Amino acid sequence: MPSKDLITTAQNTWCPGCGNFTLQFALRNAIKGLVADGVPLENIVLVTGIGCHAKIGDYLDINSFYSIHGRTIPVATGIKLANPDLTVICCAGDGDAYAEGLDHLIFGAKRNTDITVIVHNNRVYGLTTGQYTPTSPLGFRGRSTPQGTSEAPFNPISLMLASGAGFVARSTTRKMPHLSGIIGQALRHRGFSFVDVLQICASYFNVSELYDRQGYELSGHDPADFQAACRKAEEWDYNSDAPIAFGLLYKEEKPVFEEHFSRHSPSSVSREEQIRAFLETKR
Amino acid sequence: MNDISVLTGGRAGDGINSAGLLIAHLFNQMGYQTYMYFDYPSLIKGGHNFTITRAADKKIGAHRERCDYLLALSQDSIDLHRDLITDDTVILFDSGRVHGDGQGIAVGEILKAEQAPAVMGNSCLIGAFARAAGIPFDVVETVIRRQIPKEREKNLVIARKGYDSVSEKRSIPRAGDTCCPLLNGNELIGLGLLHGGLDAYVAYPMTPTSNLLHFLAGVAGSFPLTVIHPENEIAVMLMALGFSFAGKKTAVGTSGGGFCLMTEGFSLAGSSEVPVVVVMGQRTGPSTGLPTYTGQTDLRFVLHAGQGEFPRLVVAPGSPEQAYVWSSVALSLAWKCQVPAVILVDKTLCEGTYSFDDTAMTVPDTGDEPAPSPEAGQYRRYAITENGISPMQFPPMKDAAIKVNSYAHDEAGITTEKADMVLLMTEKRQRKAQALKYETDSLECVKTYGTSGARTALLCWGSTLLVCKEVAERLGFRVVQPIVFSPFPEEQLREAVAGIRNLIAVEENAEGQLRLLCHQHGIPVGSHIAKLDGRPFSVEELDARLREVS
Repeated sequence: MPSKDLITTAQNTWCPGCGNFTLQFALRNAIKGLVADGVPLENIVLVTGIGCHAKIGDYLDINSFYSIHGRTIPVATGIKLANPDLTVICCAGDGDAYAEGLDHLIFGAKRNTDITVIVHNNRVYGLTTGQYTPTSPLGFRGRSTPQGTSEAPFNPISLMLASGAGFVARSTTRKMPHLSGIIGQALRHRGFSFVDVLQICASYFNVSELYDRQGYELSGHDPADFQAACRKAEEWDYNSDAPIAFGLLYKEEKPVFEEHFSRHSPSSVSREEQIRAFLETKR
Repeated sequence: MNDISVLTGGRAGDGINSAGLLIAHLFNQMGYQTYMYFDYPSLIKGGHNFTITRAADKKIGAHRERCDYLLALSQDSIDLHRDLITDDTVILFDSGRVHGDGQGIAVGEILKAEQAPAVMGNSCLIGAFARAAGIPFDVVETVIRRQIPKEREKNLVIARKGYDSVSEKRSIPRAGDTCCPLLNGNELIGLGLLHGGLDAYVAYPMTPTSNLLHFLAGVAGSFPLTVIHPENEIAVMLMALGFSFAGKKTAVGTSGGGFCLMTEGFSLAGSSEVPVVVVMGQRTGPSTGLPTYTGQTDLRFVLHAGQGEFPRLVVAPGSPEQAYVWSSVALSLAWKCQVPAVILVDKTLCEGTYSFDDTAMTVPDTGDEPAPSPEAGQYRRYAITENGISPMQFPPMKDAAIKVNSYAHDEAGITTEKADMVLLMTEKRQRKAQALKYETDSLECVKTYGTSGARTALLCWGSTLLVCKEVAERLGFRVVQPIVFSPFPEEQLREAVAGIRNLIAVEENAEGQLRLLCHQHGIPVGSHIAKLDGRPFSVEELDARLREVS
C-alpha cells in the first residue's frame, strides 16, 4: 500500500543541500495534483536512468522502472505504447538524457510519444564524483578534465525545439513552486513534454548564486510562437552570464505517436485458427 | 527418388527470390517437398543473385550441387555456375540479355507486347520452365492465381506466352497429392511467437531477421500485435522491456551486431526479471562480416551475453517446424520463469523457404504462469518464493507500487547494498535457473534421428540439422541435435550419445563451439567439421567431408 505522502521508507542518500530534494517534492506535489484531478495513482509510472537523480525511483512510492544509464525514454515509450492509459514520467540526469541517451531524447521528441521527460540538469556527473557533462560550461575543471574542458556545452532547449518537441520548458530547483507548476503542466500536456531543470549539485557544481542572479520567470511570452521560443532559447547558451528564462517556452498540440497504433480488443478467433488460415494462403 | 534442382539467376532487382519461390510453388502443386536456398550479395541493384529450388519426394532442407534446370536472366547466371552445368542441364534464358546454349525466351519483347512492367518477367520465366519440365499449364495457372496478388490475368497471359515459346525437354512426373504451405524460417518464427501470445515486436532492420520485422509488421493488422521500429537496437531492447513491464509479451529481432548493442538491456532483463525474447539471426562475422550469408559463430556469445549471472533460455531450432514450435515455447517459458530468452537461428533458416509440415505444429504445453499475489496492498515484485519466481503484476494495480530495478534490490524492488539481501536475491535467481531447468527437462531438448544402433553420429545444431539428416541417412549414421542450450540439457545429451563411438560435430564455425560446450560437460566429441565461407553445406560437400573423417 503506497504511503499517503508518496515517500517510501528507503533511506535517502542524497548529499545535504542537493537539488534533488526540491525536485522530488516538486514532482510529488505535481503527482498529487494529478491524483486530485482524478488520475488513479496506480496509473502513474516513473522511469529513471542511472545517477543521483535516479534514486527518486526508490524514494517515490509509486510504480517505477529503475532502468539503466541513458535509457529512460525507450522504456517509457514501450510502457506508454503497451498501455496508453498510463501516465509515464521519465526522470533523467543530464548525463542520461544529453550524453549516453541523446538519441532517445531526440527521437522521443520526434515521435511525440505522450510522456514527460524531466532532466535533472546539474551540469556535472555527481555520482561518479565530478566529471563534465554536455551542459557543463566551457573550461569546466572536472576530474576527467583537470585542465578544463575544451568543448562548449550544447543548448538542450534549442535542441528540443529543433527536434519537434511539443512542450519545452525550463525551471530550476531554486524555485520550488515554479518547478512544481511547470511539471504539473508538463504532465497534463498531451504529447512529448520536456522540462530542463537547472539543479544545483551541492558537492560538485553549486551555482545557486548564478541561477538566482541571472534567472527570471517568463512573462508576456507567447508559448505558441515557435520563433519567439527559439529566440528565448538562444538568450542563454548554458555557458555565458546571460539572463536565464524560466517557464514554458513552447507548446504545441500535435497527434501523438501511440494514436497510430490501434488498441486491440480480444479477438473471437483463436490465434491457432488465425495461424492456420494464414498457412492456407501459403499453399 | 525424384530429386530435382532448379537454379534461377539474375541481377538484384530482377525478383530472383520471387521467381525461385514460384518455381517452388509449381513443385508444391506437383506434390513435391521443396526447399529453396537464396544467395544474394549486399546490394540493391545489379550483382548476381540466385536461388536453388530443390524438389524431392521426401522432406529436404539442403541444396544439392547440381542443376537440372537453369533459368538465366543474366549472363552471370550461366557463366558463374558452369561447374554445375552438365549435358543434361536444361537451360532457359532471357534471349535479350543472355547468350548461350539452350532455349532463349524473348522476355523483353513479350513484356513489351503486353505493355507489362519488368517485374512480370518472372511469370514469363516460370511459364517457360513449366513447359520445359512438362508441367501442365493449369498448374502454372493455379500458382499464379494463388501466389501473385496483383494483375493475375495479365500475368497469366505472359506466363502462357513464356510457356508457348519453348519446347518440353525433360519431363517432371507428379510426385503426389500433398500440397504444403511454403514458408521461410522468419515467417515460422513469427507465427510461433504469435502462437505463444506475442503482443508486441520491436526491431531495427538487420539481415537476416529484417524479413521477420516486415512479416510481423504486415500481419499486425490482422493479429492483435503492435510492431515498432525504433532508432537503434539499444532502444529496441529497452522499449521491449517497457512493453513487458506493462504486461505485453514482447520479442525483439536482430543479428550479432545488433545484439551487441542490446546486451546491456539483456542483462537488465536478467536483473529486473522483466521477460523478453530475442530472435538472434546469425550471419557471417566477425563485425559486419558477410551481411547476407550464414554462420553459426554466436552460440557462445548468446550463452554469455550480458554482465553478471542470471538465468536465460537459449533455444536453437533447426527446422521450419522446430522454428514454429520453439518460438512459441521460448515466449511461454520466458514469461513463466521471468527470464530473457534467445531464439538462436541463422541466415539459412531465416531466409530459406521450406515445405512446412503443418501436422507437426503441436506446441508442448508449458503450463500456466504463476498466479498473481492474492493480497492487495501487500504486493512485492520480488517476493522471495520457493522456486525463485515471484508473482508478476503489471501497472495499474490498485494499492500497489510495482517497482522493478536494475540495481541489486529488495523484495519491494527498492535498491539495496545490504549483503544479506544481495545474497538472498542472487540465490533467488539461482533457484529460478533450477525452475527453468525443471521446465526444459520435461521437453525434448535433444533430438536424435537416423539409424538407431549406429556407432557414428553427427552432432549438429540449428539449420545444419536438415543437411546432416539427409547425409546421415545416406551413410547410415545417427544424428544428435541439441535444441536447448541454456539450461544445458546435459542428461538428455548423455542419453542421446550413449553407445556412440564416433561423435562428429558439424558446425558452421571455426572453434567448434558446440564441441567445446560438450567437452565442458564431459561429453567427448571426436572430430569437428567446420564450414567457414558463409555458405551452407550442400549435401555433396558434407557427404565428401564426412567420408574423409569417418
